[in-house]
Amino acid sequence: MKLQVIVTLKRDVLDPQGSAIKSSLSNMGFKNIESLRQGKTFEIIVKEKDEKVALSKAKDMCEKLLANLTIEDYSVKAIKE
Amino acid sequence: MKASVIIFPGSNCDRDIKISLEKFGIKTSMVWHADTKLPKSDLIVLPGGFSYGDYLRCGSIASKSRIMKEVITHSKKGGLVMGICNGFQVLVETQLLPGVLIRNINLKFICKNITVKVTNNKTNFTSQTYRNSILEIPIAHNEGNYFAKKDLISELEDNNQIVLQYCDTAGNVTEQCNPNGSIKNIAGIINKKGNVFGLMPHPERASDKLLGGMDGSMIFKSLK
Repeated sequence: MKLQVIVTLKRDVLDPQGSAIKSSLSNMGFKNIESLRQGKTFEIIVKEKDEKVALSKAKDMCEKLLANLTIEDYSVKAIKE
Repeated sequence: MKASVIIFPGSNCDRDIKISLEKFGIKTSMVWHADTKLPKSDLIVLPGGFSYGDYLRCGSIASKSRIMKEVITHSKKGGLVMGICNGFQVLVETQLLPGVLIRNINLKFICKNITVKVTNNKTNFTSQTYRNSILEIPIAHNEGNYFAKKDLISELEDNNQIVLQYCDTAGNVTEQCNPNGSIKNIAGIINKKGNVFGLMPHPERASDKLLGGMDGSMIFKSLK
């Protein structure tokens, strides 16, 4: 089963990379961007047929390694192919 | 006193630290990250560098390496642990120290001499300095911007856990002399118990006259 994990900075954490990208985009002519936050995605294929079990494994991975919960939030979902 | 320096793939200050420690009379062993046993040590140093190429988050993968289980056990027993630069990042990722080190606010790798004020000289790592003394030590990092929630920062202040703060040459802690955006100009903190210390400046790069300064040696002299 294929899983997608998205890790983003929490709202109250400054994201200097996101701000730099946002200002670059507006310099390129992409106006009206209200906010831009940078994050990471992980595509994980697990040998597991039960979606519930797979998702709970992915959550465990996030809490133990993929995200730093002091500054980051995460979301996990299964991807149907 | 005996020390062990942990080498992760990508560490690059490990040998400099060994030389500095031995210069001040501390017998030092080098320990590979995949080892599962530590030699008998009073102090463990996590060196600077780019462990695992800084992949995922700085220090995150090193914090899960095999030897770190031993380092955690050593610290829980009250043994001394010092993390310098990337070593500090590893310590926050293992949660032996609170908070997190994020990208410098100006998005640049900063490599220069800075001055820090010793806010707490009553630690195992700063006992040979005076309170509020000013040390000139180099920094060299891309992710040294210390961040923690407000309540944690007040806790650090209340418990005197902020040990080093970026300051100007007169000792004023101002925004202008904050190189990386750290909250409260934090350059180094200690845990509540007082045995785990993390700092972004590199004392090993200022521990010999040939290197242009001796201020970092005060940290090594304090280790007892």
